[in-house]
Amino acid sequence: MKKSAVRVRSRTSTRIKPPVVRISHAGFSYKNRGALRDLSLEVEEGDLYGILGPNGSGKSTLFRILSTLVLPGSGDVEIVGRSVTTDPGEVRRSIGVVFQSLSLDPKLTVLENLIYQGQLYGLSQDLLSRRIAHSLNELRLEDRRGDLVESLSGGLQRRVELAKGLLHSPQVLLLDEPTTGLDPRARMDFWRFLNHLRRRERVTVIVTTHLTQEAEQCDRIAILDKGNLVAMGSPAELKETIGGDIVALVSKRPETLRKQIARRFKIPTTLVDGELRLGVKHGVKLIPRLTRTFSGLIQSITVRKPSLEDVFLERTGHMLEERIKG
Amino acid sequence: MNAVTMLARRELVRFVRQRSRMIAVVASPILFWIVIGSGLNKSFQYPGGPEEISYLEYFFPGSVILIVLFASVFSSISVIEDRREGFLQAVLVAPAPRSSVVLGKVFGIAILATVQGALFLALAPLVVPNVTIGSLLLTLIVLAFVSLGLASLGFLIAWSMDSTQGFHAVMNLLLVPMWMLSGALLPMSGATGWVAAIMAWNPLMYGVAAARLGIYGLDPRHEGDLPAFGLAMIVLVAFSLITVLAAIWTVRHRQRG
Repeated sequence: MKKSAVRVRSRTSTRIKPPVVRISHAGFSYKNRGALRDLSLEVEEGDLYGILGPNGSGKSTLFRILSTLVLPGSGDVEIVGRSVTTDPGEVRRSIGVVFQSLSLDPKLTVLENLIYQGQLYGLSQDLLSRRIAHSLNELRLEDRRGDLVESLSGGLQRRVELAKGLLHSPQVLLLDEPTTGLDPRARMDFWRFLNHLRRRERVTVIVTTHLTQEAEQCDRIAILDKGNLVAMGSPAELKETIGGDIVALVSKRPETLRKQIARRFKIPTTLVDGELRLGVKHGVKLIPRLTRTFSGLIQSITVRKPSLEDVFLERTGHMLEERIKG
Repeated sequence: MNAVTMLARRELVRFVRQRSRMIAVVASPILFWIVIGSGLNKSFQYPGGPEEISYLEYFFPGSVILIVLFASVFSSISVIEDRREGFLQAVLVAPAPRSSVVLGKVFGIAILATVQGALFLALAPLVVPNVTIGSLLLTLIVLAFVSLGLASLGFLIAWSMDSTQGFHAVMNLLLVPMWMLSGALLPMSGATGWVAAIMAWNPLMYGVAAARLGIYGLDPRHEGDLPAFGLAMIVLVAFSLITVLAAIWTVRHRQRG
C-alpha cells in the first residue's frame, strides 16, 4: 500500500481567493488507535468535494472534526478562515450539517422542525419564513409541511434534512453519508436535489461516501483508507492515472487462467470477487488473442474504462466494497 | 434565549404526542403508594413524628417525589441516543451557546416532571388532613426545584453514557437508592446510625422533607426529625445550581483525538 498522498495534477488556478476549507496536518486518534493521520487538503469555493473511503477509513472522524464536534489531536482545520479549534462559534455559523442518522425530530412536523432549526440559528421571524418557503419550494416539500416527519419515506426525510442544513444559508454544507439506507432511486433523487441546490445556494459542499457512484459526481475527491489520504484529484484525473482499459474475465477456473495468462502474456492480473482483472493499454486488441488462446477457460469477457474502484484497488491493494462487507 | 425556549418547547410537544409515556411514569408510583402504603399501614412507627399519622399518609410525599424522579430521569435517557443519532446532533453543531442546550433540555424535562408530580399531588386532600391551596402551591414550588435538580442530574449522567443500558445501571445503583434513603419510605429517626448518616447527606432527603413540610403548610407538629424548611430549600437550590453548572461544563467539553 502506498502511504504517501499523491496529488495527481495541481489544478492550474488563477484564483486569488483562499480555500474555503483548509485542513493542515490534521490527526486524530482514539486511545492509541489512529483514526486520521497527518491529513492535509484544501477545498475551494463552490466545489462539490467528496471524501471517499470504506468504513474505518477515517472519513467520519474527519466529518466530526469539520463539524466542530471533536477537536483534532494534531494539526488544525480552518473553515472560512476560522479555526475549528479556537473559533468554533464562527465556524458553526458558516457551516450547515447533514448527519448520517436522522437529526429531524420524528415527532414534529416538517414545518416545526424547520422553525426550530431557524430559532437555533437565531434567524429573525421574517427571514425564517422566507427561507422556509424558499426551501420547501426548491425541494418540492410544500404539500408535506404539516406532516409528521415519522410519516415520511426515507427519501423525503433526507430531503427535509437537506432543507434543514441549508436553512441558515451556510457557506459550507457538510454531509456524512447522506444517502445511507436509501434505495438506489431515492439516492439518485437526493443527489439531483443536492446538485441543484448547491448551484442555487452557491454553497461549497463536502460529502463523505463509500459509494464510487456518488464520488463520481463530485468535482474533486479525496480517497481515504485506514486514516491515510491515498489519492486526491478530480475523478477523471484519478482514473487517468491508471490509464488504458480494464479487461475483466469470468472463468470457472480463475486460478488456472490467471497462471496461464501470466505465463503466455506476461500481464499481471488481480482476482477480485471471482473476476480476473487485467490493466492494459488497448483492451479491445487483447480480446481476440485471449479468446483464441483460452477459449475453453473463459465464460465471459468485458472491456471497460477504469473506475474509481480500480483507483482505490491500485492505491491500497484491496477493494473498497470488500471491506464494507467484511 | 431563543434556543432555550425552543428546546424546552420541543420536550413538551413531544410529550403531548406520546401520551403513553405519562402512564409509565405516573402509574407505577401510584401503584407503589397504594400497595406498599396499605401493606405497611399497621406496622408503621414514626419516632418523633405525629402519632396519628398512617403509613399511607406518611408515604404520600415520598410517592410524589418518586413520580418526579421517574419523570425527570426517564426523560433524560433520551439524551443518550438523541445526541448520537438524533435531534441533538444538529443542536450541537449550531452556534447556540452550549449552556442553552443544557438549560432548554433541563427546563423542558423539569416542567414535565413538575406537572406529573402535580397531578398526583392533587390526590393530597384524600389522605392528608386540612390541606389548603396555599400548602399545595408551596409543595408545587418544592417539586419544581426537585425536578430541576433531578433533571440536570439525569442529563449529566446521560451525557457521559454511551448506551441506555449503562443508564439503567446508574438508575438502579444510584438514583433509586437515593430515593429509598430520602425519608420517602422510612423516617430518618427510625434508621440505624450509618443509614441515618447517609440520609443526612442525601440531597433528595431535603427534597422529600421540603415536600412533606409543604403539604402540611409548615405545621410544626410535622417537623419531627426533618431539617427546617428553609435549610431544605437552600440545599435544593444549591443542588440544582451545582448539577446545572456541572452539566453545562460537561457539554462544553469537546473530545480531542
